[in-house]
Amino acid sequence: MSKCSKTNKWGDIDMGKRFTAAFASALLAGTALAQAETITIATVNNGDMIIMQALSGAFEAAHPDITLDWVVLEENVLRQRVTTDIATGSGQFDVMTIGTYEVPIWAQQDWLVPLETLPADYDLDDVLAPVRDGLSYDGTLYALPFYAESTMLYYRTDLFQAAGIEVVDQPTYEQVRDWAAAVHDPANDVYGICLRGKPGWGENMAFLSTMVNTFGGQWFDMDWNPTIDSPEWREAIGFYVDLLNSYGPPGASSNGFNENLALFSTGKCAMWIDATVAAGMLSNPDQSQVVDTLGFTATPIAVTPKGSHWLWSWALAIPASSDAQDAALEFISWATSKEYIQLVGAERGWVSVPPGTRASTYANPEYQAAAPFAQFVLDAIQTTDPIDNTLNPSPYTGIQYVGIPGFQAIGTQVGQMIAAALTGQMSLDEALESAQRSTERTMRQAGYLR
Amino acid sequence: MAMTKSANGTAQRRIRYSAAARRKGSRRQVNTLPLVSPSVIVLFLWMIVPLGMTIYFSLIRYNLQNPFLTGFAGIENYEYLLTDPALWTAMWNTLILVGSVLVITVVCGTLLAVLFDAEFYGRGIARLLVIAPFFVMPTVSALVWKNLLMHPINGVFSSLLRGIGLEPIDWFADAPLLSIIIIVSWQWIPFAFLILLTAIQSLDNEQKEAARMDGAGPVSMFFFIILPHLSRALSVVIMIEMIFLLTIFAEIFVTTAGGPGLATTNLPFLIYARALLDSDVGGASAGGIIAVVLANIVAIFLVRAVARNLDQ
Amino acid sequence: MTKQHQDKLMITGLAWFVAVVIFFPLFWMLLTGFKTETEAVTTPPSLFFAPTLENYEEVMRRADYFKFAWNSIFISGVATLVSLMLAVPAAYAMAFFPTKRTKSTLLWMLSTKMLPPVGVLMPIFLLFRDMGLQDTQIGLIIVYALMNLPIVVWMLYTFFKEVPREILEAGRMDGALPKDELYHLLVPLSLPGIASTALLSIILCWNEAFWSLFLTTSDATPLTAFIASFSSPQGLFWAKLSAASTMAIAPILVFGWMSQKQLVRGLTFGAVK
Repeated sequence: MSKCSKTNKWGDIDMGKRFTAAFASALLAGTALAQAETITIATVNNGDMIIMQALSGAFEAAHPDITLDWVVLEENVLRQRVTTDIATGSGQFDVMTIGTYEVPIWAQQDWLVPLETLPADYDLDDVLAPVRDGLSYDGTLYALPFYAESTMLYYRTDLFQAAGIEVVDQPTYEQVRDWAAAVHDPANDVYGICLRGKPGWGENMAFLSTMVNTFGGQWFDMDWNPTIDSPEWREAIGFYVDLLNSYGPPGASSNGFNENLALFSTGKCAMWIDATVAAGMLSNPDQSQVVDTLGFTATPIAVTPKGSHWLWSWALAIPASSDAQDAALEFISWATSKEYIQLVGAERGWVSVPPGTRASTYANPEYQAAAPFAQFVLDAIQTTDPIDNTLNPSPYTGIQYVGIPGFQAIGTQVGQMIAAALTGQMSLDEALESAQRSTERTMRQAGYLR
Repeated sequence: MAMTKSANGTAQRRIRYSAAARRKGSRRQVNTLPLVSPSVIVLFLWMIVPLGMTIYFSLIRYNLQNPFLTGFAGIENYEYLLTDPALWTAMWNTLILVGSVLVITVVCGTLLAVLFDAEFYGRGIARLLVIAPFFVMPTVSALVWKNLLMHPINGVFSSLLRGIGLEPIDWFADAPLLSIIIIVSWQWIPFAFLILLTAIQSLDNEQKEAARMDGAGPVSMFFFIILPHLSRALSVVIMIEMIFLLTIFAEIFVTTAGGPGLATTNLPFLIYARALLDSDVGGASAGGIIAVVLANIVAIFLVRAVARNLDQ
Repeated sequence: MTKQHQDKLMITGLAWFVAVVIFFPLFWMLLTGFKTETEAVTTPPSLFFAPTLENYEEVMRRADYFKFAWNSIFISGVATLVSLMLAVPAAYAMAFFPTKRTKSTLLWMLSTKMLPPVGVLMPIFLLFRDMGLQDTQIGLIIVYALMNLPIVVWMLYTFFKEVPREILEAGRMDGALPKDELYHLLVPLSLPGIASTALLSIILCWNEAFWSLFLTTSDATPLTAFIASFSSPQGLFWAKLSAASTMAIAPILVFGWMSQKQLVRGLTFGAVK
């Protein structure tokens, strides 16, 4: 029944498009049927996706009637490209790589194809529940998770041993600051701690949102008033600026995930708090010089454990404007299947399999042997709760983001202000004050505030 | 300079006059409309259709990510933009960026052109090296400068500084706008150099010799003979560069993304941030219209001043 | 050693120093492309190392370089042809039969270039969607031809104005029609200028990185999109990025170097004389 109503909704979208594109699509429809189907896949140039592209020959061999056409772009470009495409119903892509932020928002607009009938052997129950929930809207799944992550603290066991530090299972930010002070050694190109500083809602603000959460703050109160000028924010951001300026690497304000990964894997950071997906990369001798000295523990907390570590998943979804939806579904269920994970394990080694999506991966003894962090990551993912994410009640879902359409803009603006505070171009108070004001403006314009 | 100008002007008038006379004489009316109109019509369409749509979008509520925001907005988008402190910062940054890059490229380009006008060993190859940056796509040069040269840890610059016992500079944090200016100048110096070198080389050797005979030293040669001769080439450089510098985008997108804070946000980047980060087509369109207005102001004042110089 | 000879040596030293400094970023990029990823980030940077081709192999494995390169070549070439075809008659008319409006038309044309492309992204994007031009070479050719048209018209205008009128008038006396005058007299006479205008237009098309990213998907993607798939990926990427960058700029750089004499000859002839 629900399926029927969904189809009607797509029909509505098509109606809008039809006025302008009827002629063109009528022309195209006639020619498209004759050939084998080509599906165009938009994806990020992250390591796991590059492996997917490299191994996709196996899929094409098994499906001679489907040809894959890859569009691999860096994250920022990709995001803008797919957003304009889907919002205008252009239908350039048949598969899009999007995250837990986009899926519910786009599903609500009926921009995505609901995934109600998956192949029998897909075993949806094997997919971890928080990840599955993150990719659903109104109880319907709209995207299949390619990999998923939470956050953790990485450190260098050799440096910590030399400094005589005992790492605890659940550190606090206070402890982290003391440790950073003890191991900071810029003369030898080793910096106490690396954190994200590059402005952007998915860069520094992803990390800082979790930090604000655990310091007891939040983005909005129950009436959608921004609370960036609150004492909790001041304390969290002040702590961050101070920590990074005292014990961080030079250029911290342009370091995002990729830059910090490069720094840590070449031995230039003693600690790093970031996505769990890095664990696999740091344990891979091809990419990392710190394989033997890699230690890890839980993301630090301050006042509350709520929302202290995030949940993110890169997922594959099918836009409603795609004209090859069946073939696209074939592909996304293959790329997120147990079979695919087996394939990566066999071809590239188990440490390189896409993590965080399936219980069966974590139950696999081969993975456990290759990835000593496996259980740890599983626990981190399973203890996230995107709904109950802050100390005080909040009106939004999402841990390191706010699940509303305008958040990309808000997050990026605030991220810029905080980067300015980090580099000393603005004082902390100025930065938070202008972040608060610009967020109020945006929220008022979006109609949340009067 | 004034001399040559007026002499040229007279020549021009004479030619125009004789051409007009000739046309009359041969009784042939040339209809230029079919010649000019294709270009003008396509350019006009290329401008007016998007412009019309942009004006329309700037008056409605239109957010890509939020289809629930609809309806006529009136001047709301403009109001929102004009009261945004970021707009003024962005305009200021645009001015600084265009102005300093113009000054740097013109000065360096002139000096280089004078230097390369002299005979020396391997001039041909050295010239190839100097003009190379002009052929490089802006994204690539920004990536190279950011990751290979200005990187505070692995970059060549920081290694050099460390080598002589200094602290490495964190370019994009401590001097973000300067870093962008350096990168953009590096890209445009070859252009200024090439045009100005061509102009210098077209200077009569006899003229130079005559000046040298009169006892002019290299410095007074430069100021009294070479520089006046370059005025037209300089106008070309300034005009073309201005057109491209006003829309600088890729270099900022790749390196600083407009930050930290608003330190490197120029007008194109601000519009980009509205249109694609905020998905706010209405607001971005209002920004686009403001940019059109600005472009026309620039065209009226600056380009006209430069173009007068060209028209002699 | 004569004073003159000494001077020449000094100028040689100075000029080469400047040339090497300006070229250094590109030299360094070329060098880094042949390092391993680990060597690429060692501090202090290594000048001597065992060169490897592994980055180039990896880049080739991940993207069909020749498809991107062909698109760049084809689109830049055809777009330049189209804009020349539109601009030559217009510039001819403006240079030889100026009216009161000629100057303001030229200025207006140039001013259309000062609008940041992102300001009209949405309108163009929607128009392309409705006309089925997305991800087609034709679409990008149209955009590029129009994008460069003002500059091309203006440059040709300055070149044409330098052609001695007497020659054209002599032709006219012989009964040449305006069409013949244009194609048999003016175009051959100002060929160096037209060639350098074309060169400039090709370079500008090749390096355009905004429309190419938004209006193409996979069939019509030029090298700027190729670069976008290698910029800031995860982990160590300096060497691979350098290799990909070298591949993206090599064709246009070699082309530019080979034709720079032509470019200079053309410029001497026109605008800067």
